[in-house]
Amino acid sequence: MIQLESITFSHQPGTLIFQDFTWQAGRGQSWAVLGPSGCGKTTLLYLLAGLRFPSKGNVLVDGQVVARPRPRTGLILQEYGLLPWATVRQNAALGLRLRQFYGPDGRHAPPHPVQTSSVAVWLERLGLAEHADKFPGQLSGGQRQRTAIARTLALKPDLLLMDEPFASLDAPTRESLQNLILELKDEQGLTLITVTHAIEEAAVLGEKILLLSQPPNCATVVVENPSAGSPNYRSSRDYAAMCQRLRSQLQNEAVKL
Amino acid sequence: MKRRDLLYAVLALLVIWQALTWLVHRDILPAPWQVVQALVSELLYGELAKHFLASLWRVVASTALSIALAAPAGLLLGQSRRLNSLLSPLIYLLYPIPKVVFLPIILLFLGIGDTPKIAIIFLILFFQVLVLVRDQAAALRPELLLSVRSLGAGRRALFWYVYLPASLPAILTALRQSVGTAVAVLYVAELFATQKGLGYYIYFNGSTLFNYPAMYAGIIAMSLLGLGLYFSVDWMERKLCPWQFIK
Repeated sequence: MIQLESITFSHQPGTLIFQDFTWQAGRGQSWAVLGPSGCGKTTLLYLLAGLRFPSKGNVLVDGQVVARPRPRTGLILQEYGLLPWATVRQNAALGLRLRQFYGPDGRHAPPHPVQTSSVAVWLERLGLAEHADKFPGQLSGGQRQRTAIARTLALKPDLLLMDEPFASLDAPTRESLQNLILELKDEQGLTLITVTHAIEEAAVLGEKILLLSQPPNCATVVVENPSAGSPNYRSSRDYAAMCQRLRSQLQNEAVKL
Repeated sequence: MKRRDLLYAVLALLVIWQALTWLVHRDILPAPWQVVQALVSELLYGELAKHFLASLWRVVASTALSIALAAPAGLLLGQSRRLNSLLSPLIYLLYPIPKVVFLPIILLFLGIGDTPKIAIIFLILFFQVLVLVRDQAAALRPELLLSVRSLGAGRRALFWYVYLPASLPAILTALRQSVGTAVAVLYVAELFATQKGLGYYIYFNGSTLFNYPAMYAGIIAMSLLGLGLYFSVDWMERKLCPWQFIK
């Protein structure tokens, strides 16, 4: 599904974030990208989303080189992703409305008006129906992220990218949204990439965990976490052991520097 | 603000005015009741309504023109860092100049009639709207733009769905800040080369006819024009930017 072929990327000359970096992720897999602040996690997500481009190498999604935002890739950010002046319903329908401008190929507007009726289904499913006419400023953090999820899923994505999606939420809301995402991933057959700096979140959401360290990132360090997503995983010994392993691995990476 | 409070404020002003009339006791300060009588008779039987409409047209036309040109220009500058850095020194120099000093030059170039009056108010409003819209568009969080771009938005969609609605409050704030100045400049502009408009009406009644109640009626009409515009901006803000008033 995802191939990074020897990519090199820097925000400004002399400060490389990725150097000759290679990585692959299969369809339907759930990946967490874990690392300290400034390691390039978000940059990796923007490269996959077609919002940034490598100076060398290729980013391929579904066999195609990513040259612009791909219609079936959904992106959910920590905050600021919703339009403050649009209601929940309008925000959730935004992606579909944009299709009236550009069409699913990202370029040509479709000949027929795009239907936004599927938005109501997602609002209902995510418990937002009664808040549909509210503005983001009137919602809790959890409801805002549910709206962002509804907006993304209304576009029927096959790849879902999330950048610290639940970082600003309280623990119960965060856990319930993590469960919801895992449920939706299985139900919709999504490939899931979650960027996080929280070890616990990486352990819950990532069947495979990509560890990034201080840039430039050259080597691909992957931790297998096959039990992620299974029922009661959070209270299992495996989970505690995985968190401990990730913690020590991150510390080792830090010591190497 | 509650309507009842506004009514109390109007009553308080009338009481102060009446007290001053008794205190000064001269023709140049008639009582409120005399002025209200003059206002009604000038509106119904005199030419006040004609002058009011002339002034209203000038201020509405100049406001519409300034928004139509300054808002897109501000959006363009706010979106393009390169263009902004190229033009911002020019704006920096021109913005603080009191534009009313250009009135004689504008009169020389544009002659008599509505055009020079509209042009001078346009100049004042243009820079206010331009600067506020530019700053608002430039201050948009990159995360918001990226998230909408990731949905497939190009420049056109970003303009309609992000930049334009984000700039509406800035446009309305610029208007609210400028309404007072616009009406003040309108008064000055209507003192020259015209026989239409409230500025002319006030000056003519006060300095030539010595009809002080009519002069004050003109002043009240001009104040109502300013207040009406101010309230209109408030109303538009509630209609166009309801998300700014949520609790």
